[in-house]
Amino acid sequence: MALAKRIIPCLDVENGRVVKGVQFVDIRDAGDPVEVAKRYDEEGADEITFLDITATHEGRDTMVHTVERMASQVFIPLTVGGGIRTCDDIRTMLNAGADKVSINSAAVFNPEFVREAAERFGSQCIVVAIDAKKVSGEGEEDKWEIFTHGGRKPTGIDAVEWAKKMVDYGAGEILLTSMDQDGVKNGYDLGVTRAISEAVNVPVIASGGVGNLDHLVEGCIEGKADAVLAASIFHFNEYSIPEAKQYMKERGIEVRL
Amino acid sequence: MSSIAVIDYGMGNLHSVAKALEHVAPNVEVMVTADPQKVSDADRVLLPGVGAIRDCMAEIRRLGVDQEVADAIASGKPFLGICVGYQALMQHSQENGGVDCLGHFDGEVRYFCNEQGDELIETNGERLKVPHMGWNEVRQSLDHPLWEGIADGSRFYFVHSYYVDAAEKALVAGNCHYGVDFDVALARDNVFATQFHPEKSHTVGLQLLNNFLHWDGKF
Repeated sequence: MALAKRIIPCLDVENGRVVKGVQFVDIRDAGDPVEVAKRYDEEGADEITFLDITATHEGRDTMVHTVERMASQVFIPLTVGGGIRTCDDIRTMLNAGADKVSINSAAVFNPEFVREAAERFGSQCIVVAIDAKKVSGEGEEDKWEIFTHGGRKPTGIDAVEWAKKMVDYGAGEILLTSMDQDGVKNGYDLGVTRAISEAVNVPVIASGGVGNLDHLVEGCIEGKADAVLAASIFHFNEYSIPEAKQYMKERGIEVRL
Repeated sequence: MSSIAVIDYGMGNLHSVAKALEHVAPNVEVMVTADPQKVSDADRVLLPGVGAIRDCMAEIRRLGVDQEVADAIASGKPFLGICVGYQALMQHSQENGGVDCLGHFDGEVRYFCNEQGDELIETNGERLKVPHMGWNEVRQSLDHPLWEGIADGSRFYFVHSYYVDAAEKALVAGNCHYGVDFDVALARDNVFATQFHPEKSHTVGLQLLNNFLHWDGKF
């Protein structure tokens, strides 16, 4: 009897539509984030994350409506990330029905924003997203740095120190994406996942680079993550959520079946 | 048409719980309100809440919600507290340096730590993160109408850093383990209260809300 490790499918949403594609044979509209979320909900996903990659103002209004629709049909926790820059952005998303918001680059540009947000809305709904990339070379002591702009811009900030600081400022959860792995499908960067998970006392979600079910298992066991996030392995029907959970359970990981 | 008042004291996301109620019972009028008349007229009352207890209690008192809650509980109509709305029913919370709560149940709201104030370690050696966030198993310790159709040991969704330690264990309807055993549901007469979020707990949570909407408040 213990708290279950969470499996979180993540959807990239632009102008209210899922991008990067989701391929379910029996789904009515694979581009509608709410339809996809409902499917994951029925399969037993523990949470859903929407990452809004919309650049325009109009598109962001569309996202609010998407979140509202999702909240009236799907009854598991929903995190919304992407473009959260002000307390008004947070209030809008929470009022629309999001349970948590994920703050990424706005935290790097203005760490006080995280403090203000946690004081105003409570740490339980403030997730700080960290994009980390390994910067140490062969034979050097491991070191990971924070990157912004989708992994293109280095900041010189140490990832582990940054995670600790964000928790001090009130982050209730860390969403850690290891950039060098993202999209490569070689699995999470277990080194940085474990380093951050051991350095902070709030839950850590591992993200980036999942290509098979062993990667989810490694993320929990070696990476010591509290939750594992994945996108494409679920979107393209490579694996279903129940398959993933069964696989993890067989390897001794507590899951919600 | 029967009605339920979801008490709105400005703290947290009431949309989720209102939507979940509308989903399980399209024929029930769901009012998100702090209006004493509406709360008094409603057939059922729900006290939700997220965030820090000091701010919640301050708003509860400022808006007169303390009296609305007391009246609703005394009226005998079915009453459900959720998360901070559950903790607020207790006597006292350790959060924010110590806050007096509504005192409808005897007991204390405590932080997840050991006696030295250090983080809890599970028997398998795993460090326990705070908040306690995610899906955990709930053992049902009372045979209550609100558990109907829900298997003992079902997982519900939690997110909280403080837990309830009730003084009268005979009132504990459900408990859970996270480094410590703690009380996640209390029941007395027409009152039921839960630490977990039924509105976020998928089918088992919706079942509990449905049970509440069909409950006559007798226990």
